[in-house]
Amino acid sequence: MSGRSLRTLSIASVVAMAIYLGLVFFYAPIEAEEGFLQKIFYLHVPLAIVSLAGFVIGGLMAIAHLRTREARWDLRSYVTIHMSLIFGLGALITGSIWARGSWGHWWVWSEPTLVSFLIVMLLYATYQPLRFSIEDPDRQARYASVFAIVAGAFVPMSFLAVRLSTAYLHPRVLGSSSNLPGPMQLTFVVAMAAIGLLFATMCSYELAAKRTRILVKSRSRILGYR
Amino acid sequence: MSLLPAAIPVIPATAVPPNTGDGYVAGAYIVFFLIVLVYVAIMALRLTRLERNVRELRTRGEGLRPEEPRAQAQPTRESAQESEQERTTA
Amino acid sequence: MSSVPETLPTVGTRQAVGALLRKDLLVELRTLEAAPGMALFAVSTFVVFHFALNRNSLEGDLAAGVLWVTLLFAAILGVNRLFVADAEQGGIDGFLLAPVDRGAMLLAKATTLLAYLVVLELVAVPAFALLLAGAAVGHELGGLVAVLALADLGIAAIGVLVAALAVRTRARDLIGPLLALPLLVPVAIGAARASAPLLAAGHGGRWLGLLALYDLVFGLIAYAVFDFLLED
Repeated sequence: MSGRSLRTLSIASVVAMAIYLGLVFFYAPIEAEEGFLQKIFYLHVPLAIVSLAGFVIGGLMAIAHLRTREARWDLRSYVTIHMSLIFGLGALITGSIWARGSWGHWWVWSEPTLVSFLIVMLLYATYQPLRFSIEDPDRQARYASVFAIVAGAFVPMSFLAVRLSTAYLHPRVLGSSSNLPGPMQLTFVVAMAAIGLLFATMCSYELAAKRTRILVKSRSRILGYR
Repeated sequence: MSLLPAAIPVIPATAVPPNTGDGYVAGAYIVFFLIVLVYVAIMALRLTRLERNVRELRTRGEGLRPEEPRAQAQPTRESAQESEQERTTA
Repeated sequence: MSSVPETLPTVGTRQAVGALLRKDLLVELRTLEAAPGMALFAVSTFVVFHFALNRNSLEGDLAAGVLWVTLLFAAILGVNRLFVADAEQGGIDGFLLAPVDRGAMLLAKATTLLAYLVVLELVAVPAFALLLAGAAVGHELGGLVAVLALADLGIAAIGVLVAALAVRTRARDLIGPLLALPLLVPVAIGAARASAPLLAAGHGGRWLGLLALYDLVFGLIAYAVFDFLLED
């Protein structure tokens, strides 16, 4: 990705973030029941959705890697999953803060999104240890892709299973994202766009950095020193 | 900002009055921005290091220019693999 | 890998699976490592649960939970050992050289794991009934068998994948359980929820559906993806 498009992406991200924050704090109405606390919704839910989408996309890229055997797909898959882990961590932390604020506990088993997320994160936390415990680079990439595919398929399954298991026991604690009134919907859509754009930007930076490092390494070797 | 009618299907918070939400909301958004800031800082560090490496390589490369064709004609198996990799990642 | 000349007979997949299965089961019968170990682990765990929960008998949710946690952990023990002998003694390389569809190894290993699980359950479920659940198990045995069967399929699919992934890594004993446990959570949910009413009173068809879906999805994925794990 060229320097110019990276810069455009960054500027777009900053602008989107500014609009997003403005809308959240100055436009979106205060929700009657949960009050000001509900505003975390505009942060937690987009983080969660983007992170999950990232895991699934990482799995799709891994399929491309196994089919084409091109290293660039493995690199993209790795970066996407890595970034999804970071965003997912953000989703867990903000979700926990929300639970604490509205339910009094730092953790609630009755919120299926939070629980499914925990399971998914526990799984993906093994991704890097798995990668770095395989020394042969070709096999490492291959096994990582297999993992990404299996785990990517697992994400929707996990959500389904946890949803089923909690639906009949407790009502949702943290509210749902459907049936939102107009201004809230707009804010939510902008939030999704901003967080999604941020994700894409950070991934692009990460990719650029990694590719440059690969180039630097190989050039150093050709020129005869490490 | 007007309060919305209570027709939104959201489960009410039981015992927490709305005012104490402020701290938590601020906390959540601040945590998020801290994460992003930390990432930007790490990225800045990496990029400066990479820039330094590239500059080094450039000066070294220019010094070695007459010898480069020979070095490139006999690449080791590893660098051939890596240059193949970089061709597909570039 | 060199191409196989047409005059050489290639081995059919069913024969290959049969041969691999026979080898694995014979080795297991002679060494008696995996299956007895899993069964013993399960029984010991029931004893630990008795003391840890300070109860003489369990029913409903609690019974289902104890049973399935124990079965899953015992299964992971078996999963760990699935490819170890082959990897260490060159069995995988030997297999790769044979003119055989690689899916044969997937099927053979999955069946081996299934066999271990069946042996495990033949010991663990009566032990559970004896030690902790009493009469509750006898009532709906048919339903319980259905749940066990569906759950076993899911465990087998994921187990073979995780075993193949873990065996070539450095920390294989650690990576196996770490990968398997989160992946098996849906099986735990479906199996425990389905068993809970069986160990008390009532019915749970929805959970069987979840288990069946899980088996289908991960069975297909395992089949699609397994070849890549065997390459070298």
